[in-house]
Amino acid sequence: MSSIIKKEYDIPANDFSLAGEASSNVRKLLTQLGVYPTVIKRTSIAMYEAELNVVIHGNGGKARVEIFEDKIEILVYDEGPGIEDIELAMKEGYSTAPDFIREMGFGAGMGLSNIKKNSDRFVLESEPNKGTRVYITIYLY
Amino acid sequence: MTVKDFVQHCGYRILSCADRADKTEITGVYVCDLLSMAMARVKDGELWVTVHTNINIVAVACLTNASCVVIPENIEVEEQTVNKAAEKGVIIVQSPHTSYEICINYHLKKSESGNG
Repeated sequence: MSSIIKKEYDIPANDFSLAGEASSNVRKLLTQLGVYPTVIKRTSIAMYEAELNVVIHGNGGKARVEIFEDKIEILVYDEGPGIEDIELAMKEGYSTAPDFIREMGFGAGMGLSNIKKNSDRFVLESEPNKGTRVYITIYLY
Repeated sequence: MTVKDFVQHCGYRILSCADRADKTEITGVYVCDLLSMAMARVKDGELWVTVHTNINIVAVACLTNASCVVIPENIEVEEQTVNKAAEKGVIIVQSPHTSYEICINYHLKKSESGNG
C-alpha cells in the first residue's frame, strides 16, 4: 500500500530553538487529518524524543514521515557517533547527555523508553561511528 | 476551573496567550522538572509546574496538551520562550509562589469551587 502523505524534515544539530519543529508539524498535520487525539499524542511524543536525541547526540539528521490509511511510519536518523551498547541505552535512567543538556531538563535517560512506550513498533539500529536509525510505527486505529 | 479562574484567584501573571485563559480548563496538576518525565506523564488539560524556562517547555506543553505551564518563584522566563509559546498557543503563567504552594492553591481553589 502506498502512503497518502510523505514528508521529510531536517533536524539541525544543537539548535534547541528549532528542536520539536518536525514533531510539531506532524502533530498539526495529524490534527488536520482528524486522527484520534490519543494517536496524535503518542506520535508526537515518540517523534519529539527521537528528534531531540538527534539534536543532542546525533549532530543533526533527518526525519521521514509517511502516513498510510492505517498507520504512521516514522524514520528518524543521523550520521552521528552511534550507540555503543543499545541494551544499556534502552535502560530507563541511563543517559550520556552532558551537564548543560541536563540543566535544560533533558538527559533523564527516558527518551528511548518513551519512544518505545508510545510506539506500536519500535526498531533501533545503531553502530559506533555509523549513526543511528529509529523506526517508529503507530497504528491509526 | 479555567486557567483564568485560577490565575485571577491566585494573583498570578499570564505571560502568553492570555486570550485563551478563560476558554482553557484545568483538569489537574503535574509537577516535574525532567522534561521526558513530564512528556510521558502530563495528561491532557493538566497544569504543569516547572522551574525550567527554556524554549523546550513550549514543545512539551504543546505535545502533551497541558492547559498551561506555571513557572514558580517569579523565575524570569526568556523572551524567546514567551514568543514561541505565543506562536504555539501555549499559556505560560508566572507565579511568586513555590511549586508546593501552587499545588496547594490549586487544591484549595478546586475544593472551594467544587469542580475540576
